[in-house]
Amino acid sequence: MTDMSEPYSQATGELLKIRGLSKAFPLTKGFLEQLHFEGGRLVRRRESVKAINGVDLDVKRGEALCVVGESGCGKSTVARVVMGLLEPTAGSIQYDGERIDNLPPERLLPYRRKMQMIFQNPYASLNPRLTVKQTLEEPMRFHNPGIGNGELKDKVRDVMDSVGVDPSWRDRFPHEFSGGQRQRISIARALMVDPEFIVADEPISALDVSIQAQVLNLMMDAMEQRALTYMFITHDLSVVEHFGTRVAVMYLGSLCELAPTRTLFETPRHPYTKALISAIPKLTQGRPGHIKLIGEVPTPINLPAGCFFHNRCVYADDRCKVEKPVLHTVDGGCRVACHGVQEGRVD
Amino acid sequence: MALLEVKGLEVKFPMRHGELTALRDVSFSLDKGERLGIVGESGAGKSVAAFAILNLIGRPGYISNGEIIFEGSDLAKMNARQIRSIRGNRINMIFQDPMMTLNPVLTIGTQMIECLQTHMNLNREQARERSIEKLRQVQIPSPEDRIDQYPHELSGGMRQRVVIAIALLTDPSVIIADEPTTALDVTIQAEIMELLLSLCEDNDVALMLITHDLGVVSQVTQRTIVMYAGRVVEEGPTRRIVENARHPYTHGLIDALPERTAPGMRLNQIPGVMPSLAAIPTGCSFNPRCEHVMDVCRSEQPGYVTDGEFRVACHWVAGREQQK
Repeated sequence: MTDMSEPYSQATGELLKIRGLSKAFPLTKGFLEQLHFEGGRLVRRRESVKAINGVDLDVKRGEALCVVGESGCGKSTVARVVMGLLEPTAGSIQYDGERIDNLPPERLLPYRRKMQMIFQNPYASLNPRLTVKQTLEEPMRFHNPGIGNGELKDKVRDVMDSVGVDPSWRDRFPHEFSGGQRQRISIARALMVDPEFIVADEPISALDVSIQAQVLNLMMDAMEQRALTYMFITHDLSVVEHFGTRVAVMYLGSLCELAPTRTLFETPRHPYTKALISAIPKLTQGRPGHIKLIGEVPTPINLPAGCFFHNRCVYADDRCKVEKPVLHTVDGGCRVACHGVQEGRVD
Repeated sequence: MALLEVKGLEVKFPMRHGELTALRDVSFSLDKGERLGIVGESGAGKSVAAFAILNLIGRPGYISNGEIIFEGSDLAKMNARQIRSIRGNRINMIFQDPMMTLNPVLTIGTQMIECLQTHMNLNREQARERSIEKLRQVQIPSPEDRIDQYPHELSGGMRQRVVIAIALLTDPSVIIADEPTTALDVTIQAEIMELLLSLCEDNDVALMLITHDLGVVSQVTQRTIVMYAGRVVEEGPTRRIVENARHPYTHGLIDALPERTAPGMRLNQIPGVMPSLAAIPTGCSFNPRCEHVMDVCRSEQPGYVTDGEFRVACHWVAGREQQK
């Protein structure tokens, strides 16, 4: 097993480049619904949920980039925009040097083969009316229309073998499998077309502890054998320490910190990252000892001015309330978006 | 004497082809003010055990054997009216998802006052006052205003605080919390767990914490029960279980935690999956997944080896004890 926490500089070249990515989901739909009377005048007001707000992120070839954050921070939206399942409001996504966010569907097709996705809930992401064989054959037939039946059968057998599902079960339906087995099948489906890049959106959250370890090990093995690049979306920081080469921490649709995994866990810089890491329950502690945050996550409809985190941060000062911090590089290869860290107020 | 004592509890669900035994010979006790953790994977029977205590097993399931002694009387033999004076009054329950527990069309205040007027002899004014007081105890800011809000106006963490406040309203002696923080984010989870812990300590309430998260159990509880396929496989003081588990399943469960592996390394895993209740292997139910499996494990169900406050159901451990 290779040590996955090597400094990311050893991975070569960017596979995915995300620049200034934003995504807003409009709340008010029709034109008439947008009209309001204000002070005797008719004004048009539009509201939207700002799920991602200007994210710059690179995924390097051969790495496992983990995107972590709490629910509503926009991590799943990033995954979906990258996969082309949602259209970004602003910004660009480049895959292997080519811009893919504005391509027409037919030109996007070759990229869809290189990029695959694994979803959170294997009960919902597998079609209950298709057998395992049909589920696995479908992407292959779609991307290689001329493929022969014999070749397809061999491929299905190989992939099922490699994810640890007995190939003799290929005629069974998803309901006949346990949650862990189903997640193995959805990993198999992603591996069928030999992708280079896999986006995994909380792939182990719906599974039991002993099964989580099995599925994570499987994903690590597949990465090693097939030279995969992962973008791994999760809320579970204890898993990240084992899986990722680099970690991006998100809060309210923006990046707070981007750092190599080991550095992030040894010396978290951003106050939010510190709170997140301290909240992981550990066996070795006797009592919960975590950094308390003030208040609650603000609504993404009306974002706070300045740093999005300022109303929950003990280090916040006047500058934090007005000026939004950008990512700046600090030592150890981390990039942190925090005025306090930059000014040396936060150690 | 123990506050709550469960003896030889067995729960069955009749199915089209025979009966499923969801709990087999489950025994444990809970002392006044004690915090007990019940750990296991989904389907291990931890929630069924909690539901059985409050007589909440949905039909056609039923308690086929065993006793649940609470303050001297057997809850398993009570009729619906008798159990209602205990449930939600002396023994309260906190469920996983606060949005499912709270009634979305009633204000928080209405739900709290309803509960108080059912179980305690209070008028509306007194009930409202007591509710506000409890909301303050669970650290909800400006409880006088919050009490008139609907559940959807609160965040997930706030809702779970309200549920805890409701559970504390009648000054119960036992709170059963079934995965109380699973639906919440890590930072909120830490806050809620700490709150629950301090409230139980301050009010001398016994807590039965059901969870799959060993980290949470080790932070909050004093004693732990590990369940597998409907049976208690190990019981002991939490610290001893965490540091020195005896049963191969508990061992595997702890070793599978990411924090037990050096960063970047392959995680330890238990092979296979928990058997379905319809196809429990003969002998020890863990035998197909066990690394120490012996011939006797496949034919005989292991009895308990006890050692002080510690007990474990495993032939392998029993054999090693004898050698000593």
